[in-house]
Amino acid sequence: MTEKNWPLWEVFIRSRTGLAHRHVGSVHAVDAEMALQNARDVYTRRGEGLSLWVVPSSAIVASDPADKDLMFEPTASKIYRHPTFYDVPDEVGHM
Amino acid sequence: MYTQALNIKDMAAAAEDSAFDARFQSRVDAEEKIEPNDWMPDAYRRTLVRQIAQHAHSEIVGMLPEGNWITRAPSLKRKAALLAKVQDEGGHGAYLYAAAETLGVSREDLVEQLLDGKQKYSSIFNYPTLSWADIGIIGWLVDGAAIMNQIPLCRCSYGPYARAMIRICKEESFHQRQGYEIMVTLCRDGTPEQKAMAQDALNRWWWPVLMMFGPSDKDSQHTDKSMRWKIKRFTNDDLRQKFIDATVPQGQYLGLTFPDPAMKHNDRTGHWEHGEIDWSEFKRVVAGDGPCNRQRMKQRRDANENGAWVREAALAFAQKRRARAEAAARIAAE
Repeated sequence: MTEKNWPLWEVFIRSRTGLAHRHVGSVHAVDAEMALQNARDVYTRRGEGLSLWVVPSSAIVASDPADKDLMFEPTASKIYRHPTFYDVPDEVGHM
Repeated sequence: MYTQALNIKDMAAAAEDSAFDARFQSRVDAEEKIEPNDWMPDAYRRTLVRQIAQHAHSEIVGMLPEGNWITRAPSLKRKAALLAKVQDEGGHGAYLYAAAETLGVSREDLVEQLLDGKQKYSSIFNYPTLSWADIGIIGWLVDGAAIMNQIPLCRCSYGPYARAMIRICKEESFHQRQGYEIMVTLCRDGTPEQKAMAQDALNRWWWPVLMMFGPSDKDSQHTDKSMRWKIKRFTNDDLRQKFIDATVPQGQYLGLTFPDPAMKHNDRTGHWEHGEIDWSEFKRVVAGDGPCNRQRMKQRRDANENGAWVREAALAFAQKRRARAEAAARIAAE
């Protein structure tokens, strides 16, 4: 029997008001509604969340770790983007 | 998980590149986490798939011996707790299959390999649950041993596995405590018959539980590499010793006797020493000849086969609904 696999969904939970949704894992489901139900059963059995997102795994586009330097290294030399790069006279106090 | 295609890119070519290998090992040595799309040696990936899959299978097969007692739990409270526990085990299996899938395998393939006998599950689940005390013992000892094994895995070098283990360990703590509470009830508050039932359960489970930690260090084939890759943090014998040291006082509180006449406290080392483990029994059970191997595999096979039509129907239904929604949207647009 050739059986087709159920699609994969990534699960994100907002654990408290004011926090962003955070990735927790994945579930298999035939559609969005079932993905939400499965995510609830698998990832929130003990009040872990106030809100759930499910996203088809195939819809996520990720940066390639091999391009890590190309992507993120240029910012390392731009120290003038940080507040501590600038001197404020002691007399002025905290700014 | 996501973008699994990246995992496969140039793997054969990269495997030959020892520079990649050295960089990988230095990241592991620096306690950096390895993530799904990072380069990793092929053998590291295979080891993880084998270990995580075996772990996931164990959670799922582990539902069977306990599920056996759900309808016969002695009170509503015990029944609710046991149901929640068995549901947790199913959840743990789901987290772990999800972690394994980040390595570029599918859950369906892993399940198939279990059913074909190509992958294993923990030998402990091949023993029967003959009395209610066995449910106490499983929580107290089997889950206790699992926690001992699993806490170091929370620091495993592979990110998705480590994160799954953190969730699992939190939940296992409930499992162990509910098991020990059953034991306390039987042993300290129970009738002599109930205490005898608890002792009988300990007699049957103690040695198989010690075998859960795997072969002795001198016979373990996977330890060296797994330690270097920081998949494993302690050797089998170290973990077994930690478990025994933690467990003996708990058994003494219950007033139970461990079925090991050679067991004694070494005042110099502070450790409890145990007698010789019967490794021939371990090998027999792992090879498929334990008391319940055939029954467990049959139950898993039946569940998979009997559920096939549900999985197919759910997919067909979702496709039909999607087609209808698309048709309705088309008509509305016209």
